[in-house]
Amino acid sequence: MKLRFNRSQLCIPYAVFLTAFVIAPLFVIVYYAFTDGQGQFTFSNFINFFTSTNTLGTLLYSFALAVVTTLVCLVIAYPTAYILARSPLKKKHVLLMLFIMPMWINFTLRITALKEILSAIEGNISAYPFLNSVIGMAYDFLPFMILPLYTSLQKLDKSLLEAASDLGADKLTVFLRVTLPLSVPGIISGMTMVLLPSMTNYVVLDMLYNSTYIMGSLIGSYFSAYDWNNGSLISLVLLVIILIVTLVTDRFSDKDSNARGAVL
Amino acid sequence: MKKRVAVASAVMLSAACIIPLAGCSQKQETVVLRVANWEEYIDLGGWDEDELIDIGDGIIGVNSMVDDFTEWFNSNPEFGFDVKVEYSTFGTNEDLYNRLSLGDVYDLVCPSDYMIMKLLAEDAVEPYSDRFLDGTDNYYAAGVSPYIDGVFKENGWYKYAACYMWGTTGLVYNPEKINGIEDVSSWDILVNKDYKRQVTVKDNVRDAYFAALGIINGEKLMSGGLDRGELSRIMNDTDGQAVAKAQDVLKAIKENVYSFETDAGKSDMVTGKVIANYQWSGDAVFIMDEAEDDANSTELWYSVPAECANLWFDGWVKLKKGIDGDERRNTAAEAFVNFLSRPENAVRNMYYIGYTSAIAGKLVFDYMKCNYGAEDGQDSVDYDVSYFFGGESVLSAPTENFGFDNGEINRGRQLFAQYPPENVIDRSVVMLDFGDRLGDINRMWINVRCLDLLDISPAVVGVVGGIAALSVAGILLYVFRYRLFINYKPKKGYEKLQNK
Repeated sequence: MKLRFNRSQLCIPYAVFLTAFVIAPLFVIVYYAFTDGQGQFTFSNFINFFTSTNTLGTLLYSFALAVVTTLVCLVIAYPTAYILARSPLKKKHVLLMLFIMPMWINFTLRITALKEILSAIEGNISAYPFLNSVIGMAYDFLPFMILPLYTSLQKLDKSLLEAASDLGADKLTVFLRVTLPLSVPGIISGMTMVLLPSMTNYVVLDMLYNSTYIMGSLIGSYFSAYDWNNGSLISLVLLVIILIVTLVTDRFSDKDSNARGAVL
Repeated sequence: MKKRVAVASAVMLSAACIIPLAGCSQKQETVVLRVANWEEYIDLGGWDEDELIDIGDGIIGVNSMVDDFTEWFNSNPEFGFDVKVEYSTFGTNEDLYNRLSLGDVYDLVCPSDYMIMKLLAEDAVEPYSDRFLDGTDNYYAAGVSPYIDGVFKENGWYKYAACYMWGTTGLVYNPEKINGIEDVSSWDILVNKDYKRQVTVKDNVRDAYFAALGIINGEKLMSGGLDRGELSRIMNDTDGQAVAKAQDVLKAIKENVYSFETDAGKSDMVTGKVIANYQWSGDAVFIMDEAEDDANSTELWYSVPAECANLWFDGWVKLKKGIDGDERRNTAAEAFVNFLSRPENAVRNMYYIGYTSAIAGKLVFDYMKCNYGAEDGQDSVDYDVSYFFGGESVLSAPTENFGFDNGEINRGRQLFAQYPPENVIDRSVVMLDFGDRLGDINRMWINVRCLDLLDISPAVVGVVGGIAALSVAGILLYVFRYRLFINYKPKKGYEKLQNK
C-alpha cells in the first residue's frame, strides 16, 4: 500500500503540538488573567496593572532595556553580517561558524564568564546595573541579530550593486540607496528576535546583579506568592505587545517586497 | 571448543542469577515512596577514602543515602514488602507549594517552618503514628535534641513534622575588611553607607522583610528586657504600618547593597567580591569551609546580629494526598525519616551539606568535637551546647574561633554557625507564616523591586523623552519624505509607478 498524504494531513503533528502546548495554555492564561483567587470573573487584575506606577514603571524599564539592547545588537551585528556576506566563499563558512560558536555554549555559563570579565573591567559591577544588563543581553542575543542580517545581505543580488555603480553611484550611495533598503527585512526580523526575549529574560539581570525587576521577574514574583491571576495578566499584556510588534513588522516587510518589486 | 565452554558457563551463571531473583520478586511487592527534598540537602555518596570520619565505627558515604535506605529496607524482612524511592528536589518552599497545588503528589516532603504551618492550616499533613512518636526503637524519637523537641511542641508541629535540619540567619563577613565589629553585629549594615555595594542580601521576601523589621525596631530590640512573646510579636509584625515602613527601608537597602542574590552570594563571598553576606547558617558553614580551602585561604566569620535572629527549621511532613490511607506507604515514609535520623546518617548528611541536623546524641557531639575541638596546648574556651545535646554538654574549643561581647559569644566560625550558643538562641524567633497578609507583603516587595514611575527624576524623563520624540519625528519625516517635501513628478512619457 502506498502512503499518500495531502498537504493538510502533513500538518497534523504540528497542529496537535500547537493545540496541546500553545493554544490550550493560552486559554488557561486568559482564564486566570480575568478571574480572581476564587475563580470569579473580574477586571481588577487589569486595573491593578494599568493603575500602578510600579508595574507601568517595570513595563517602561523592560522596554527601555530591550530597545537599548536591540540597538546595541544592531550596531554591532550589521557591520559583522556585512563583512561576513561580502567575504570570499572559502572563508565565509569558517567565519560564520566563529560567530555562531558562542551559541553552542550554555548561556548561563557564558553570563557567568561575562560577570568575571565585567568585574575585572569595572571593579564593582553592581554600580552599573543597567549597563551590565544591556551588555549581558547583547552578548546573549547577538547571534540572533547576525543570522537574519547575514541571510538577507547574502541573498542580495550583486548585479543590483553593479548596476548602481555603473549608473554613477559612489560606494556610500550604493550602500544607502541599495544595500540598506534591501536588508530591511533582515533588520526587522533581527530586531524582533532580540527585542521580545530581552523584555523578559530576567536570568541575565539576576546573574549580573540588577535588582530592578523586568516583566519576566515580575511574573515570577507573582507566581511565587501563589498569585496566578496577576501573573497571568502580565503574561497576557506581554502577549499583546508581541502581537502588536508582529503586526507592525509585518507591515514593514510587506512594504519592502513592494519596494523590491519597484526596484526590479 | 573454548567458545562453547564460555557460552555454557555463561548460561549456567545467568540461570544461577535468575533463580534467586525470581524467588525474591514473587514473594514481595514493591511500594513506591515519593520523596521531595531541597536541592543538595542529603548525602549523595561518592566520598573519597580519605574523607572517612573517624568516630564510632568510622563513617563514610559510599552510596547515596537514598540507595542505602532502599537497601536496608528491602533486606529487612520485618517490613514484608519492598520499597522504591522516587526522589525529587525543589528549590524554594514556594516552588514546592506550587507543585503540590498543581497536582504533583508526594508522600514525604521537607519544607521549612512557615510552609509546614501553611500545609497544616490547609489540613494537608498526615500525623505521625504513635509508634513513631514514642517508639523506643525509633531513632528520631530517641535522638532528636530536647531543644528542637521543645520548639516543635511549643508550636504544635510535633505530631506532624520531624525536624531534619535547623539553623539561624546571620551575616558572613570578612573580618579583615570591616571597619569595626559593631558594624557586623547589626542589621544596620544593610543600609550603612560605609558598605555601599559591598554586602549581599537574600533574594526572598521573607528574609528581606525580617532584616527590615530588625532595622526598624532596632532601638526597641536593643533596649533589652523583652520576653519571648514580645520579641516574636515584633518580628512577626505584618500590619499595614509595619509593611509600609519596611517598604521604605527595603528601598534604601536596594540602593545600598551589592545585590539581592539567590545563590551567587556564596561564591561572591568566597572570591571576595563582597565583604559581608546575609546568609543561612548552613550555607555560612559551607562558605567558611570553601574560603579556607580557596587558593587565597581567607578566614571568614559568621555573626548573628544583636537585635534579633531568625530561627528556622526544615522538617519532614507526610502529605495526606500522597499517603492516602495506605498503611504500607505510611510505614515506608516513617522508616525513611527514621533511617535519616540514625546518628551516623545524621553525621553523614551534616558533613555533606554543611547544615545542622536536629539529631543530638553522643555520636553527633563527638563529630563536633573531632571537627572543632581544641587541640592540646591551644587556648580554649568551654563552649556550652547543653541546651541542644541535653545534660552537661560542654565542648572545649579554641578561643581564637569566637568573638566575645562582655563575655557573651556573638560571632565565631563553623562551630558557632552550626550550634549557636544559648544567648543567641534566646534572642531568636521563628518567623511565622504570613497567612493572608502574604498578598500585601508581596505587593510591597514588588514595589521595592520595580522601577516606580514617580521615582524617575524629571530631568531624565525630559532628556530621554526628548531624544525618543526627536528620533521618532526624524524617522517619520524620512519615511514620508516624498509625500512631504519632494514633489515627485514623473518625466514626460513615463507613468508614475503605483503601489498595489
